[in-house]
Amino acid sequence: MKTIQWRTTLRYGLLGGVAALYFSAIGMVELFAGRNLVGTTINMGHILLYGGVVAAGFLAARSEAHARLPQRLVIGLVAGLVAAVPTIALVLLDSVWDMEAIFVSMNNPLIRLLTLGRGLPGLGMFLAVCGALGLAGGGYNSMPGEHKAAGARALALVLIVAIFSDLVTQVMSNLFGRGSLSLFFAGKALKPAVAIVLFVLMGAVFYFRAVRKARTPLDPEKVKVDKRTRLQRQVVQFVVVGIILLVAPQVLGSFLSQVLFEVGRFVLLGLGLNIVVGYAGLLDLGYVAFFAVGAYTMGLLTTATGLNMGGGVMNFWLALPVAVLISVLFGILLGFPVLSLRGDYLAIVTLGFGEIVRILALSDWLKPIMGGAQGVLFIPTPHIFGVTFDTPQKMYYLVVLGALLAAFVSIRLRDSRLGRQWMAMREDEDVAEAMGINLVQTKLLAFAIGAGFSGLGGAIFAARLGNVFPHSFNLLISLNALSLIIVGGMGSIPGVIVGAVALVGLPELLREFQEYRLLIYGILLIVMMLNRPEGFLPAEVFKRELHAEEGELAGTGD
Amino acid sequence: MANILIARNVTKTFGGLVAVNDFTLDVAENSISSVIGPNGAGKTTFFNCVTGFYKVDEGEILFGGGLIHNLRTDVVTRKGISRTYQNIRLFANMSAIENILVGQHPRLKTFWAAAVWKSKGFVEEEAAAVEEARRLLKFVGLQGLGDQLARNLPYGAQRRLEIARALASQPKLLLLDEPTAGMNPNETGEMTRFIQHLRDELGVTILLIEHDMRVVMGISEQVTVLDYGSKIAEGKPKQIQSNPRVIEAYLGRGAASGLKAVKAGKH
Amino acid sequence: MFRRTLSRLSWVDLFLRAFQLVAAVVIIIGLVNTFTTARYTSGQWATLVFSGLAQGSIYALIALGYTLVYGILLMINFAHGEVYMAGAFSTVFLAIHFARTGFLARSPLIAIVILILFSAAISTTIAVLLERIAYRPLRNAPRLIPLITAIGASFALQYTFRGLYGTQFRAYPDIAVLKGTWNILGFDVPLVQLVVFLAALGLMVVLYWYVERTRAGKAMRAVSEDKAVARLMGIDIDKVIVSTFALGGALAGAAGVFNGLYRPQGVFFLMGFFPGIKAFTAAVLGGIGNIPGAMMGGLLLGLIESLGPNSVLEGLGIPATNQLKDAIAFIMLVLILIFRPQGIFGERLAEKKA
Repeated sequence: MKTIQWRTTLRYGLLGGVAALYFSAIGMVELFAGRNLVGTTINMGHILLYGGVVAAGFLAARSEAHARLPQRLVIGLVAGLVAAVPTIALVLLDSVWDMEAIFVSMNNPLIRLLTLGRGLPGLGMFLAVCGALGLAGGGYNSMPGEHKAAGARALALVLIVAIFSDLVTQVMSNLFGRGSLSLFFAGKALKPAVAIVLFVLMGAVFYFRAVRKARTPLDPEKVKVDKRTRLQRQVVQFVVVGIILLVAPQVLGSFLSQVLFEVGRFVLLGLGLNIVVGYAGLLDLGYVAFFAVGAYTMGLLTTATGLNMGGGVMNFWLALPVAVLISVLFGILLGFPVLSLRGDYLAIVTLGFGEIVRILALSDWLKPIMGGAQGVLFIPTPHIFGVTFDTPQKMYYLVVLGALLAAFVSIRLRDSRLGRQWMAMREDEDVAEAMGINLVQTKLLAFAIGAGFSGLGGAIFAARLGNVFPHSFNLLISLNALSLIIVGGMGSIPGVIVGAVALVGLPELLREFQEYRLLIYGILLIVMMLNRPEGFLPAEVFKRELHAEEGELAGTGD
Repeated sequence: MANILIARNVTKTFGGLVAVNDFTLDVAENSISSVIGPNGAGKTTFFNCVTGFYKVDEGEILFGGGLIHNLRTDVVTRKGISRTYQNIRLFANMSAIENILVGQHPRLKTFWAAAVWKSKGFVEEEAAAVEEARRLLKFVGLQGLGDQLARNLPYGAQRRLEIARALASQPKLLLLDEPTAGMNPNETGEMTRFIQHLRDELGVTILLIEHDMRVVMGISEQVTVLDYGSKIAEGKPKQIQSNPRVIEAYLGRGAASGLKAVKAGKH
Repeated sequence: MFRRTLSRLSWVDLFLRAFQLVAAVVIIIGLVNTFTTARYTSGQWATLVFSGLAQGSIYALIALGYTLVYGILLMINFAHGEVYMAGAFSTVFLAIHFARTGFLARSPLIAIVILILFSAAISTTIAVLLERIAYRPLRNAPRLIPLITAIGASFALQYTFRGLYGTQFRAYPDIAVLKGTWNILGFDVPLVQLVVFLAALGLMVVLYWYVERTRAGKAMRAVSEDKAVARLMGIDIDKVIVSTFALGGALAGAAGVFNGLYRPQGVFFLMGFFPGIKAFTAAVLGGIGNIPGAMMGGLLLGLIESLGPNSVLEGLGIPATNQLKDAIAFIMLVLILIFRPQGIFGERLAEKKA
């Protein structure tokens, strides 16, 4: 029998401990502690603080695959105890030298949290809790497969319901009335009994589903669906998605509609950037420039203070296509000089373009036209056929319409000659040219169409806010759009939507997230690139699904 | 027979290095011709000059009677020249069918935006293009592999796919850069027969760069030998085989006695 | 016929030529206007030149980090500006502490040296961690992937330090000794600018000596020429890469303190972004991968940024030109990358790409 590798245990323990220390020191633990998840016993701070500890116990136990159960439990316990050490050291250090003057997050509430409200003796309890959690992590690792999966899923579900309780309560109160809430929730937190019942219930459901699935192996005959059922299924899916999109703002109310608008705006931006980055492989970091162009065009054309071009003020519907057109023109104009640049140089130059546009919009020089730091004010709300788009719910429909249009155009172009041109160029520029592809035209079309989508988003955004400020067009918008298509999966349209929901929608729902949103983005980008550069919904998977039929034909036809 | 490709006194230098030096070459229409020479002799550089990837410093290249040496690569392709690469350069993350569809690019004419509203012309052209791509796939013996990503295909299949992609533009002249590189004798023989079949079936002129003497001598009607960027011999395979300068270039000075080895087809 | 003319003339080139011409004409008009109207005295110009050189030497120190890493990994370390921020932001607390205890006033030289070492240590640690965690696993990945990782790392570092030190702006303490001016060639030069310039220059000389003369520097150059061959020669590639990041980090950390001496205000978690981009511009200006080029590029950019608004923009009749100062750096970057991507001093990149 092999001996236990205590070094590995120690390493996992320390890693978990460093994670706990990190989240404590940057203030996330303390801030998130204000948000109860289950009763008042479990809050989000706990998840951050102890998540690493549990993981340390789990991973340390897993690395000793040959060990027996008691051994694994001991390993988990040791990893948990080790994981407590960095944080304990921090608290002890703080007790002799008050760090708050420099490290702003090392405040009394955090110390109280780490000592479980009992002063320095509380550190013993903290150690005990960490040990117990490490033990739990190690023990969990030793459970049989189906139990493990069902437990993890049920736990995740409970946590998701608790974390996004805003969303859940909003939907419940709109559907069943406010009275239904107090049955399940205390404030924003789940009631403990409810959480336990939910966990057990869902755990059982997941478990029995897994068991049944394992017992009845897949019957290949049954899995094959003929063309008609597949088509029917697609139609049904379309209708369901359509209905959800239609009724969503009514069910979700004003605040959540605003969130949906934000998501829609970034779906639009993401779809545009997806053409440039995902299809054509041109890393554009100045994408916000076209968004700004669209917004400013809308602002200047529809307000009295804007461009006084004799003709007076345009209405939204006339200005919209103009805004898109001008964005497209800018896309071509800024695309021209960068035609010969590749890879990271392209990225930096486009980043420069984005900043130049912002700085110019802010400057006194262009103030007579662009309004300087004040921007453009009093953009009228769009109206048509007696409907005024004055509420978030109504603007939501506008942005959804825009996003649908962009998605439609994207899909159609992707599956055409132009889409293949883009992808060929992304794969190998020289060879693409040798295949007779005009690189200048192909690149400019990518920039132009991407800019058009972005400009459309900008124009709608301007009308929604009623004003345009240069500060809304910083680099973060570009990086946000880039992050979401990377997380979703470059070149994948469902990926863009999922990415926008995950990176724009969810943080809006979690007020606590807001402050650390960019930190989470940053970490997410690194983790994605290291582990899953193709994104969560990679394009190829979908492609294969879409082309599955052709594949079968090709395989059997010849 | 008319000459489809004429290179006159082509010179290409990189910094101080003369890669192709005053090189003249005539390629007869419907022939199979070869350019051979030791590594670094300037063969691939010459290909790159023909396809417009490099600008020639001096001299001119005519194709089908028109000057092409100052055209962009994509324009040259549209005129009817297409090529393969020594180190296979497929679009790795695209399927085999898509690779061939990209190759057909110069022949597709509908306006790019017509794809958005799926005009009748676009739909018909796309369908015909896919049909043609499947036909080509079958022609190179890869039927049924259309939806595989190019990077997942075995080596030999990748070589064939690259040829299919090059054929998709219906070129008049096909440039093959070491089509049998990295193949075993069996595969090499197959590829040699395939190249011959290509010319006989499609009537396309073929100019190839090769290292493997057996391939060159077996199928070429005309062989040109490059060494240090300059032409040192030209003629029928038989003549080349016994040319002492060629043997010298391949085997080093004072090695004319290596004649037998060359005759036996080894290098 | 028309198509043929197009394909031969390459209208893209034509457009770029025209663009180049317009840019040159605009700059010349601006310069001529400014100097014919004699808006500023030679003393005022001299002031701008000296502040440009001081600022430029700070850019140059940061730029060296970009150039060193690019030379070895062919990768733009987008998060290098944050490495600089980490040192500058962390050290401000020590500097304030030194000022409070009077150490800074008693023995300013020792105090400043300690500050520089501290800042360099922090920045080096961050740079090495960055390499180890974020970049090393991606060494053979397609080029865009490390770049995106670097962007992510940039965010993560900014907001980590925001979490650690808060959102408040901090300032380096005043140092009485550096307050005066020196008279050089009849112009009054603020002492602090002179000190920053000379100290930065000194560091650059040391770096140049290290890379050109020492064994470790030779290993570094060998890796940058050809990794595979360097490995065969028995060079530990990982070690060389780590030491490159460490070196770049140390210089950035030192730059953080120099910046604190020169412009004490505005120390906060986003302070790395603009210097980072500008230093990158400087590196590109001098030919990225080229060490003396980065130094010259930094100084040149400092001068352009300092003189540009007054000499060119005002001549064109643009109001409030200082607002456009940041845009000048970006416009330089764009122009250089488009028209002379190998930089003013370097051919190196062109070789590497071919």
